[in-house]
Amino acid sequence: MKKLLVVCLFMLSTASIYAGGYRVAAQGQRALAMGHTGVAVVNSAELAFFNPAGLSHLEGQLNVSVGFTGVLSQTKWQNQNTGQFSETDSGLGTPFNAYVSYKINETFTAGLAIYTPYGSSVEWEKDWAGSHLVNDINLESIYVQPLISIRLSDEISIGGGPIFVTGNVNFNRNASRSLTDLEGDRSNVTIDDSGVTNWGWSASMLITPGEKFKAGINYRSEIILSSEDGKATFRDFTNSPLTPPNTTMGFQAELPLPAELTIGASYEFNDKWLLAFDYNRIFWNVYESLDIQFENPNVPNSINPRNYKAASTYRLGLQFKALDNLTLRTGYYFDESPVKPGFFAPETPRNDANGFTGGLSFQINDQIAIDASFLYVRFEEVKTSYDPYIENGVEAPFEGTYNSNAFLPGIGLTYNL
Amino acid sequence: MKSIYLKISLVLAAFILTISCEPELDPSVEDDQDQLYQSGEANFTNYVSVGNSLTAGYMDGALYVDGQKSSFPNIMAGQFEFAGGGEFNQPLMDDNLGGLLINGNQSLSNRLVLAVDEAGNPAPAELAGTPTTEATNTLSGTFNNMGVPGARSFELVANGYGNASNLPTAANPYFVRFASSPDASVIEDAIAQDPSFFSLWIGNNDVLGYATSGGTGTDQTGNPDATTYGANDITDPQLFAQVYNNLVDGLNQSASGGVVFNIPDVTSIPFFQVVPPNPIPLDAETAAQLNAQFDLYNTQVLGGLAQIGFISEEEAQSRQINFSEGNNFVILQDENLTDLSAVLQGPPFNIDPQTAQTLSQLRQATPSDLIPLTSSSFIGTTVNDNPSLINGVSVPLSDQHVLTPEEQNAIQAATNAYNETISGIAEQNNLAFVDVNSILNQVNESGIPFNGGVLTSEFVTGNSFSLDGVHLTGKGYALIANRAIKAINELYGSTVPMVNIGDFKGITPSNNIAQ
Repeated sequence: MKKLLVVCLFMLSTASIYAGGYRVAAQGQRALAMGHTGVAVVNSAELAFFNPAGLSHLEGQLNVSVGFTGVLSQTKWQNQNTGQFSETDSGLGTPFNAYVSYKINETFTAGLAIYTPYGSSVEWEKDWAGSHLVNDINLESIYVQPLISIRLSDEISIGGGPIFVTGNVNFNRNASRSLTDLEGDRSNVTIDDSGVTNWGWSASMLITPGEKFKAGINYRSEIILSSEDGKATFRDFTNSPLTPPNTTMGFQAELPLPAELTIGASYEFNDKWLLAFDYNRIFWNVYESLDIQFENPNVPNSINPRNYKAASTYRLGLQFKALDNLTLRTGYYFDESPVKPGFFAPETPRNDANGFTGGLSFQINDQIAIDASFLYVRFEEVKTSYDPYIENGVEAPFEGTYNSNAFLPGIGLTYNL
Repeated sequence: MKSIYLKISLVLAAFILTISCEPELDPSVEDDQDQLYQSGEANFTNYVSVGNSLTAGYMDGALYVDGQKSSFPNIMAGQFEFAGGGEFNQPLMDDNLGGLLINGNQSLSNRLVLAVDEAGNPAPAELAGTPTTEATNTLSGTFNNMGVPGARSFELVANGYGNASNLPTAANPYFVRFASSPDASVIEDAIAQDPSFFSLWIGNNDVLGYATSGGTGTDQTGNPDATTYGANDITDPQLFAQVYNNLVDGLNQSASGGVVFNIPDVTSIPFFQVVPPNPIPLDAETAAQLNAQFDLYNTQVLGGLAQIGFISEEEAQSRQINFSEGNNFVILQDENLTDLSAVLQGPPFNIDPQTAQTLSQLRQATPSDLIPLTSSSFIGTTVNDNPSLINGVSVPLSDQHVLTPEEQNAIQAATNAYNETISGIAEQNNLAFVDVNSILNQVNESGIPFNGGVLTSEFVTGNSFSLDGVHLTGKGYALIANRAIKAINELYGSTVPMVNIGDFKGITPSNNIAQ
């Protein structure tokens, strides 16, 4: 449990570049191509994530959607007053998803969803100017969710199920802005934990008042990940009672994975055109502080205020059935940053963002389609700071200008029988 | 069909091409330096720094690699790079221990680190380890940083100052390491590099040796013949002015400009602030015993000598020894007092020669006296393990342990004279000027805030001064570098960025200490 928290916390703190905090909104190629809308789009087994209630509306007895997305992201930072600059290594993140639904009868449909909504990989140049906040961080989490979808009536379906989360985290940063060992190597701490687990749930409803209009609502619960069995490794400290020993010790930390509410609607103009709109609200306000408590009572705890606010994302998607076997999609979203001014930590170097998406599906035969998507995220350049970093009892704000973007190409397969 | 796929492919390709693969900051510090930072009238392509330990990056009582990287010239050179500055080579030591060997024998000790004893008290101690830097292994190449720890003004122009055969008095082992030839002078090696820009910070050791030795040397004011100087003398301000002029003239031959620094008050450094003149805690009983010992001296001896007019009433008063419960001032021999040793041995006192010697120039310290940091381990020790012979309490401290007001005045007078020379020459030659004297007074009096703290002269915790109590920390040198950059920008119209002081080195804790 605690492990999970830590993992989540780290994820939050690293904050991936493609959605608020460390949320990576890439949970299905068809939805992603349409601005990651989908709470009211009955399209494929991707509904297992976007709105499980809709699974009972899928044609065919067995529906499968699998896919993965490559995340290429980069952030640059500079401080014009000092001339310092740095950039992140654009490592490749790979969120993936696998959804299956099986229609038991006209009323009940069972499903299974495996997806990775939270994760982040940020690697700054080692010992860069903000290395006392983060050198590098890697967060991974996998959600596994059995589902049931119930068609209560022609107009109303409900769905949902329990979520099992398992996560890993690895986070390295320097102990302070200037502490080194006797050779001048920067003193640093790595915390590492894997297999942190916890449970949550999601529930949803799909309303289909007519042939063309659909409305949906989906809620995924907050999950607190708590790390108890992780290891904190202290390196390059001098041999002194005044500094932590160069050892590995346990630590405890908690990271909240915030709840997410989505409401949306879709409208089919005709056989060819479909428009979808989703509104996401992520309750990031639960992320107040990342507090790492080390096992050795002589090592001071690491208190990292985050003070996030709940944030919204507005998504728009358009689908065009160009040919019998070819569907084109495009979309746009605006993603509000949960970070308040003065709390911009470089482990989560993200600001308000505009996302531009596109993609297509090519139906190979009656059963199999290939889905391709891409997302380009442009974060607004921001001159900001992280103020609550404390050294010797005094706030030492870390300031600068950030500019980030991300490019996420994705590929998937849809199968129905 | 095919045409549709083609169109889609083209649209996709166009989309991908229009998005930049990398985020771009505008203007970018990395790519648009020409636009962001200008050198103005200055030319930073070949910056050469000339000076002493403060230029070399000396800290914690030694010169070591990590400290050298935090030297103020190296910090400045790093910032000059934004405005056309080139490489900056330093004669780096071979290790981070800092000790120096001469012909295989260790002649200078390792750096100080902050060690914690069993009782939990932190104090500076020498780092353990066998140093590897051999002074006589001469480095090849030229060095932008011509800071030579220990150098006095006139030694920068001395030929043979880097000649190993002139060690230990007429040569400096640090310069022996990187002099271009045994007979080269520091300034010759600096000028030979055709600096496009220079810094000069010299004169500190022209008073500092006198100060840290407790004034055991001679004030050479009025004597311009440096060959007659001892190691702890005060340099004649006339000689200083003459040398300083020559140094600046030489460096100015090729330079577009430069920056010069004046000399801080020695009283502003922790070396003279850590140990108070009244460090002796006594209980009432011990104080009474001591007073009884000095009663005869206070009343009969001083009173009698004043009565006969051998010393003034005023001097008799200043020589009184009085202890009380609480913290007490040390007793010392003050060379400025009338020597009583002969008169005390004669009638009517008839005091034995040894006691007469003890009383000859005895007085108790006052708040105006300064005690060197290095005396902290001496005061309170006993002589010959005799518990009644306590240094500073019942045995007067010798000259080296106290910097008396007269000695402070001599230092102050010389410092003022040097500083007038420096600021005058800076103005005459259109050089940027850094008033280190007032900067360190400010550090001492109110502190100077930086992002994440306040630089004060508080020992160990003040961030400014390293563990030797004289030289700066990386943070302290960063402050000096920023002030220099500010002065340069103002004078030459350049826009060199300053550094974030909080990023630089402070005190290093370690219990790996020499036993």
